[in-house]
Amino acid sequence: MLIQDTALIYGRYLRQSLRSRFALLFGVLMPLLYLLFFGPLLTDLPLGGKGSSWQVLVPGLLLQLGLFGASFAGFAVIIEQSQGVVDRMRVTPVSRLALLLGRVLREATVFVFQAVLLVLAALAMGLRAPLPGVLIGFAFVGLLTVSLASLSYALALKVRTPQEFGPAVNAMTMPMMLLSGLMLPMTLGPRWLDVLSHFVPFRYLVDAVRDAYVGAYATEHMLYGTVVAVLFAALAVTVGTRVFRGAGA
Amino acid sequence: MPVISAAGLARTFPTKRGPVEAVRSVDLTVQEGEILGFLGPNGAGKTTTLRMLTTLLAPTGGAATVAGHDLATDPAGVRRACGYVAQSGGVDPQITVREELVTQGRLYRLPKARAVERALELAHDLGLTQLLDRKAGALSGGQRRRLDIAMALTHRPKVLFLDEPTTGLDPGSRADLWDLVRRLRDEQGTTVFLTTHYLDEADALADRLVIVDRGTVVAEGTPSALKLRHGGSIDATLQDTFLAITGRGPAPADAAPVAV
Repeated sequence: MLIQDTALIYGRYLRQSLRSRFALLFGVLMPLLYLLFFGPLLTDLPLGGKGSSWQVLVPGLLLQLGLFGASFAGFAVIIEQSQGVVDRMRVTPVSRLALLLGRVLREATVFVFQAVLLVLAALAMGLRAPLPGVLIGFAFVGLLTVSLASLSYALALKVRTPQEFGPAVNAMTMPMMLLSGLMLPMTLGPRWLDVLSHFVPFRYLVDAVRDAYVGAYATEHMLYGTVVAVLFAALAVTVGTRVFRGAGA
Repeated sequence: MPVISAAGLARTFPTKRGPVEAVRSVDLTVQEGEILGFLGPNGAGKTTTLRMLTTLLAPTGGAATVAGHDLATDPAGVRRACGYVAQSGGVDPQITVREELVTQGRLYRLPKARAVERALELAHDLGLTQLLDRKAGALSGGQRRRLDIAMALTHRPKVLFLDEPTTGLDPGSRADLWDLVRRLRDEQGTTVFLTTHYLDEADALADRLVIVDRGTVVAEGTPSALKLRHGGSIDATLQDTFLAITGRGPAPADAAPVAV
């Protein structure tokens, strides 16, 4: 039942994404600009890690893509709520978990697709990284977008208006981005900033993907990153499903 | 055995300015095959009551059963037994009529082939056959409403809830919709629970009226019984009867003001 319901909802929203191909490509623009205009600044700087500057930057850009993209996923559900689509689905016997999972798996598909485009562009710019590491990076992007999209849907169904939703998401994502070391490793900064960043869950994901990109798979970073990503996803999906059950009211 | 019965149904919303009692206590029963008109001024609690009876909103007090299923303990049973059309409808304007109807069948767990078949049946019954490949956003108001109702009838529900189904429709489409509601009751025995602000609609369509005000039932009965009791005569308009019951609008001419 759950699998069928999820597949049904997933199919509906994936077709929706495929109808707006422009939006599908547009999402990758911001990280692409960072890659083009920010990436070259780093090539000769000592970043403290193993590997080239691309192996440090690209993992950060991948998670930035997920962070900014999936956090705003809730806008779609605000529109659907006003069209009555959310309630129309909630009066049917369909699984509440499937109403959430079908939607967030669509988001995950879209962002992993964009992540692939970004890595292809990075290869052209000079990135060299082992294939298993790159694939691990995509898995982290997928998990992160499932988590963030779930929370984003939950928030959108709670606040209900785009006027409240937009600023609320911005207020959360900006500090997350700055404190997780997406752009530059936090270890470069002063001690207090490095300590502070350990309270931001994305820090662990970024560290894990950076290890994967230099081919170091059995590391402490990888362990912590995996544990944090999985726990965060479980928590976010639980919260999201609860909100779909009550649809925010 | 009534098909809907509610006792003390209540819903309080917490807000920054303290709790708001959208529905204080609603008691009502609806018999099988009845067309019930659920009336009340704006903010009386009509939509909130409907959302509770369709499992969209958990009551904060009271209890109700729909088609023998308890709202609190068997919401899945209630969902299988009832169809609901919200004021805003519930279709994505970018999606075709056919896709929405088939998806709805699948949401009600019909196998794929059966869902496709059911979509064609519904389209035929509601005069949407020519429109199957049109996007929902390209339909006229009346066509949109018929699609919304087709979606709600997918699983042949015993009870159909319609929230202001004819708001914004032209007179022709309204008359069509009335015929459709009557046909559903006459041919399928469907119980129809509808809210409306159009009193001529309530008068023409409903077997019985329940009037709510400030979150509680203030009057109920057949349109003529209500006119006789509250409007002063069987020839009173339902408009005057409604105003007399809810106490809104100008007082009747012969009523002496108690205090100025």
